[in-house]
Amino acid sequence: MDRFRMIFQYFQSNSESVMNGICGLLALASVKMYTSFDFNCPCLPKYNMVYGVGIMFLPPMALFLCGLILNRQSLVMLEEWKRPTGGRKKDLAIIRYMCFSIMQRAMIAPVVWIIVTLLDGKCFICAFSSSIDPEKFVGFANITPTQIQLLLSKVPCKDDELMKNHTARKAISRYLRCWSQALGWSILLFLIVVAFLARSLRPCFNQAAFLQTRYWSNYIDIEQKIFEETCCEHARDFAHKCILHFFESMQQEIKLRRFNAPREAEEGEAEEDHLRGITDQEQMNKLLKSWYYSKPPLDVSQATQRQPMDRERPSVPWADSLSNRGNTPQTAKSSRQTDV
Amino acid sequence: MDKFRMIFQFLQSNQESFMNGICGIMALASAQMYSAFDFNCPCLPSYNLAYGMGILFVPPLVLFLLGFVMNNNVSMLAEEWKRPTGMRQKDPAVLRYMFCSMAQRAMIAPAVWISVTLLDGKCFMCAFSTSVPVEKLGNGSYTGLSEKEMKRILARIPCKEIYSGQELVAREVAVRYLRCISQALGWSFVLLMTMLAFLVRALRPCFTQAAFLKSKYWSHYIDIERKLFDETCTEHAKSFAKVCIQQFFETMNKDMAMGHTHSPEKAPSEVGEEKEKLLGITDQGTMNRILKSWHKCKPPLYLHQEALQNGNGWAGENEHHNDISPPKREMVTYYSKV
Repeated sequence: MDRFRMIFQYFQSNSESVMNGICGLLALASVKMYTSFDFNCPCLPKYNMVYGVGIMFLPPMALFLCGLILNRQSLVMLEEWKRPTGGRKKDLAIIRYMCFSIMQRAMIAPVVWIIVTLLDGKCFICAFSSSIDPEKFVGFANITPTQIQLLLSKVPCKDDELMKNHTARKAISRYLRCWSQALGWSILLFLIVVAFLARSLRPCFNQAAFLQTRYWSNYIDIEQKIFEETCCEHARDFAHKCILHFFESMQQEIKLRRFNAPREAEEGEAEEDHLRGITDQEQMNKLLKSWYYSKPPLDVSQATQRQPMDRERPSVPWADSLSNRGNTPQTAKSSRQTDV
Repeated sequence: MDKFRMIFQFLQSNQESFMNGICGIMALASAQMYSAFDFNCPCLPSYNLAYGMGILFVPPLVLFLLGFVMNNNVSMLAEEWKRPTGMRQKDPAVLRYMFCSMAQRAMIAPAVWISVTLLDGKCFMCAFSTSVPVEKLGNGSYTGLSEKEMKRILARIPCKEIYSGQELVAREVAVRYLRCISQALGWSFVLLMTMLAFLVRALRPCFTQAAFLKSKYWSHYIDIERKLFDETCTEHAKSFAKVCIQQFFETMNKDMAMGHTHSPEKAPSEVGEEKEKLLGITDQGTMNRILKSWHKCKPPLYLHQEALQNGNGWAGENEHHNDISPPKREMVTYYSKV
């Protein structure tokens, strides 16, 4: 388990490593999906092509979208693209950089699927068995074209009675498989050459601007994360205060009702009082009911000021009804426009 | 687990060690890929050679380039090659060293693939089945067959089920012959590669060892420097973001305080710390306003000097982001005449 924790920590060390990790996992998942998928060619003249091409291209699209969804950076990029300019100008180079990096990572799992499909060959055989030239193979003389099409479409199915003992079935399978594998390896070679050229020639073009773009796109990512963390911490403290306030107000209410039991009030307050003055079932039930039927308002300014409780305050609905209290002048910030 | 952690840390320590690890993994992956790959000889006269040679050479090329792509030093090499001289001279010996070390590592996985392919024999058999010497191995006097027809029959040698030329040349004889040659080639290749590696390693110190040590040091140095620079930039971005967000909250607080006529300005001192944690935001409306403002009007990338001087130790430095330009200027302390 220690090993996993270390690997986990390594991948968590920065956001790019997390993305690389997710990318690798998706690629492995893609291979695993393919091996566990039960490929089932219909062996019917028109359906073969549709099925074969469908299996070759639909899962990659799903994997691509999955890769985009799982990548946190895509949300950051969309937000950066769509935000109002406000006090900070937008830099299209940063958005482009983020877009490229997201696309590159999302394309790996689909490409793995397509290559594994081609190298395996079943899909290609299924899709193109009806498209081969019967002249090249023995056993197709003196047969009508429709019959030929029917026979050819049954090539992918080993157990079909029509084609089981046909001399050309294996030859056609082998032929198509050879093409499928050749295509698979060629695509792989092409993509690797492109990746290699992109990586090695990158510094030859405008390296200084690239470094700037990379820094600022990393900055935007980090800023978003830190803002969320700040908001989370704030929410925690806010909730803590709000709940404390609620318990205190309940306590006050109980004290007011209990004229005959003032003795517990002074003793309990000196120490850390987790009971908060609620010491029997009835009080607790009342408190829980009150928490459900009448949640406290989202306003702890009184709690932090330690002013006397004002229980006549109406409870505030979730809508932004307090925003009309003072329209914050946005003009104060607009004078400081700087480049990102 | 301690051992594993040590290995992990050692491999991570610099790019070369990391690449050694990747190199080993790729070699294993290469062998695994070969055994998982379903070799499928077409058994047709003109296709056999193309397929066989393709499987023998295209995957190694892919693995070789992949070895370069996965090596971060590739972009470092290109960067070092293309950078303007500035205040630091360039040393071609360092570049050569980097390139050689990358190429050596990238060659291991392809060599493993080629060795495994030749030692296994299927590929060679597929490619050269039509070139079997019929006179030596079989019934050379089997006439009545045109050249084309003979080639067609011989091309089916790798495919057991459809081979029909038993009278021409027995299949097992041909297969054994081809496999024997394939394995001989395979072992010769392995021996040649190992000899080369041995010579390179053993004779290296006989040639300009001092210059070699220099090149090795400075190439490691460039790698480490780049990594440290990236880390420093990330740390800086974090600090920048923290201060920027803090100032954003303060500014919003100030703006809102100007609009509130009745909210008390002074807080009792004993709740000062708690109030600070709440960043001055104590109700839903304020929080909503802040979140809206964060989206509609992000703060400029400009940190106020006075807040910085009270806070962390970036005091005095120029925080304008357009002065944060890449690197070599700030690294002048590392200048050396290599």
